[in-house]
Amino acid sequence: MSSIYRTLSGGTLRDIALACLAVWFIGLSYGAIAVASGFPLWVPAAQSVLVLAGASEFLFIGIVAAGGNPLAAAAAGLLVNARHLPYGLALPDMTGPGRPVKRLLASHVMNDESVVFALAQEDLPRKRAAYWACGLGVLLCWPAGAVLGALIGSVIRNTSAFGLDAMFPAVILALIVPALRDRRLGRAAAIGAAIALAAAPFLPAGLPELLALLALLTTIKIRKTP
Amino acid sequence: MKDPTLVAAGLLTLSAGTFAFRFAGPVLRQRITFPPWTEGLLEAAAVVLLAALVATTGLTKGHGFAGFARPVGVLVGGVLAWRKAPFLVVVLAAAAATAGLRVLGIP
Repeated sequence: MSSIYRTLSGGTLRDIALACLAVWFIGLSYGAIAVASGFPLWVPAAQSVLVLAGASEFLFIGIVAAGGNPLAAAAAGLLVNARHLPYGLALPDMTGPGRPVKRLLASHVMNDESVVFALAQEDLPRKRAAYWACGLGVLLCWPAGAVLGALIGSVIRNTSAFGLDAMFPAVILALIVPALRDRRLGRAAAIGAAIALAAAPFLPAGLPELLALLALLTTIKIRKTP
Repeated sequence: MKDPTLVAAGLLTLSAGTFAFRFAGPVLRQRITFPPWTEGLLEAAAVVLLAALVATTGLTKGHGFAGFARPVGVLVGGVLAWRKAPFLVVVLAAAAATAGLRVLGIP
């Protein structure tokens, strides 16, 4: 860890700390929402450590709480997490010639934040330092937030009076707003949301979201033009 | 909650699959080259999925309309997020707006 502090600038370290703090807070709302949706503490706790990918965990909780099959929820979560594959393709080697255990841990701490910070650095030593600092920070902050949130959430009985049911969609919306500024993505997202809403009265939970992927056809069309 | 065994099975499936995605990237990187549009498509798929989730969880309850309080709260959060308000402000404002409407008797 000490080499991380020597390699990275103070500004980068501060940004990473802020990102980890944000992750901690999202974890708080995640744990509280999971418990408010009727899950016992072990579900958000185990997910936050084993899955370690916020958006897919929210998706899993949301689908199962709405009555969906947990395996279908896992499939939907995996679809969301498929982006980690191109992340790994985009990054240079984050471990170097090292022990297999370090390689496994390097894979597990790959997330949106650690990848973003690594890509922003100029040379390989800095990329590695930023990746590990942010990755390990998220590995600590996300489960810590989730467990604390679950403990706080279980104290609150009437969650609808506090508007907690609005927090989950607001959290997801806040996370995807930067992507929605892209016109192509924004349009696909709007069409997908409309498809899901149209299907929601008729299809079982989880399927309207998957059906929304039809909106991707609007993005492919544009890409085919040379 | 549903059958805990089934929930645990779903949880472990999601964990194992997610790890496989994370592990496969660096391994594949050393062996083959992917067409560049694949990455954009995967990112778009994630955004579309999440946007659909915002719509269904923000507006529906079961197979029906959730009432006005929740979507208004989410909308308040969305506008704040678009104006680059801090994450904390976005989430708390959404909850506060929804709670406020319910105090006024709007479900």
